[in-house]
Amino acid sequence: MNLQIAILLGQDGITNGAIYALLALSIILVFTVTRILLIPLGEFVTFGALTMYAFQSGHETSIVWLLAAMIALDAALDLKQLFSNGMDARKAQWIGIKLGYAALMVTLMHTLSLQEIPMLAQALLTLMLLVPLGPVMYRVFFQPIASAQPLVLLIVSIALHVTMVGIGLLMFGPEGGRTAPFSDTALRLGSVMLKSQTLWVILVSVVLIVSLFLAFERTLYGKALRATAVNRMGARLMGISPDFAGKATFALAAFIGVASGILIAPITTLYYDSGFIISLKGFVGAIIGGLISYPLAAIGAVAVGLIEAFSMFWASNYKEIIVFTLIIPFLLWRSINSNHVEDEE
Amino acid sequence: MNATATQSTAHHQGSGERLLNISDLHVSYGMVEAVTGVDLQVREGQIVTVIGPNGAGKTTLLSAIIGMLKSKGEVHFDGHFYKVPDVENLVGKGLGLVPEKRELFTSMSIEDNLLLGAFQRFRRGDRGYETTLAEVYSLFPRLWERRKQMSGTLSGGERQMLAIGRALMGKPRLLMLDEPSLGLAPLITREIFRIFADLRRQGVSILLVEQNARAALKVADYAYVLEGGKVAMQGKAADLANDPRVIEAYLGLASKHQELLSS
Ligand SMILES: Nc1ncnc2c1ncn2[C@@H]1O[C@H](COP(=O)(O)OP(=O)(O)O)[C@@H](O)[C@H]1O
Ligand SMILES: [Mg+2]
Repeated sequence: MNLQIAILLGQDGITNGAIYALLALSIILVFTVTRILLIPLGEFVTFGALTMYAFQSGHETSIVWLLAAMIALDAALDLKQLFSNGMDARKAQWIGIKLGYAALMVTLMHTLSLQEIPMLAQALLTLMLLVPLGPVMYRVFFQPIASAQPLVLLIVSIALHVTMVGIGLLMFGPEGGRTAPFSDTALRLGSVMLKSQTLWVILVSVVLIVSLFLAFERTLYGKALRATAVNRMGARLMGISPDFAGKATFALAAFIGVASGILIAPITTLYYDSGFIISLKGFVGAIIGGLISYPLAAIGAVAVGLIEAFSMFWASNYKEIIVFTLIIPFLLWRSINSNHVEDEE
Repeated sequence: MNATATQSTAHHQGSGERLLNISDLHVSYGMVEAVTGVDLQVREGQIVTVIGPNGAGKTTLLSAIIGMLKSKGEVHFDGHFYKVPDVENLVGKGLGLVPEKRELFTSMSIEDNLLLGAFQRFRRGDRGYETTLAEVYSLFPRLWERRKQMSGTLSGGERQMLAIGRALMGKPRLLMLDEPSLGLAPLITREIFRIFADLRRQGVSILLVEQNARAALKVADYAYVLEGGKVAMQGKAADLANDPRVIEAYLGLASKHQELLSS
């Protein structure tokens, strides 16, 4: 191996690592706030990538009907709650807005010539189609069982993952897709070529991570989500509803998942079932952070990306095994060090 | 219907309107009923206390009023009837609870804890919470000195002050406190009870649950004695403090001993 190859592998590793870091952060965020391990996160990645691909290749996609159906289900549940708990003008209005949004998306998808619009607009539409599925998923499947045991939540999460893989096959078909890169230019740094998409991935990931950090440190809504993670009961007494916290974290996770999918779609060919392995690598990062520490998880995830890239070179058949074996020493270390202190008083 | 209800509570001294009116409240844990048909009122500007032995159902009662526990019966707060009391809603309408276990955000700073107390106001677009923050700091200067510190590093008394300050950030019209003196040194207990009188002067009504019956009856206008999930006695706090049954059960030597233990 010479320096040039090392730099190329390092580039790949950091690119993938940045994506794993984003996913690891979402997994921790969702887990600490809702106690749900978000297994279907990977499907948001593949749905994002494949929706972009469908736009660019001019394929039909019925994904907007999934959105419409889910929003209709969500609205029906909200209406039912409204009738049993007493009318509330603001909530009724909100139901109307959601239904209106679904109608707008259906119209947009059928009037725009999706193949011709600029890539930025395609990306925006992809986000608008898929991100609302996050909060709606929480509302429909998790909110009614929010106080259940973590194991029950995990089982529902797995069921949703399996279902979404099936829906992915139905909507996008068995073929994979790769989209056009965001820009065509390549950067030359001495004797090595830097792929421009690599820079895009790193840039956008860093921007996302920094904005997440600022949102959680500086804004009251961000603090409210942290508060829910720290002390659920205390948060409720401040009027921070767990339903709101759940929907907000699912929206953030869905956004990060879909954005990751859009970012890596020009680099990797993704299939309807590629999501699981990708989010599993984010999960390895999250475990390295003990499912609590964001910085450790981010560093761990980048390490996962690098190890994966280099093991691809030396032992490509064992790349996945090497990556997932990583988790064992960390699990051991975590379980030896954890002292299971519940909130001290 | 309102007129007759007001009649039946006419013995409640104080001119204020009824802020909280609970009737026939039942709360169960599974098959076991912990609160069995409680009627209770708090008038505007009053300090009302609920005393009673351990396990009487005091904590259960407060949790049900604010909607943390499911209950049967009627909860009227500030003129509105709540079919299903729901915390987020009631907190927004001006009901606050300082729970027995404080429930602070231990890994967040004191200032963040306080700001989160104003979450509902912030959400409504009420930017007056910055004034309230200054008021809370002047009420508890110790919190100001430590505002950047993690709340988990505070002492017991400071934690209680933070819990009260955080609840005040929501600008409650009725503040409910569950055993605020639990585990505090007598000096700090006195300081905190002095603040209740101050708060009332500022127009905050208080529903105070206490084991420290002596201190509670001294500061309150009206008192309920809860035993086995039922109201066993009620009356003006000054009258109850002189009632032989109350003296024997809650103010006598035995309870003095308990007070010492808990301080
Ligand atoms: N989470 C719970 N599950 C089952 N029973 C409970 C629970 N919390 C309290 N209880 C029971 O309800 C009764 C009232 O408890 P509580 O309201 O905490 O009393 P107090 O606050 O007056 O000490 C007690 O008999 C207690 O054992
Ligand atoms: Mg109690």
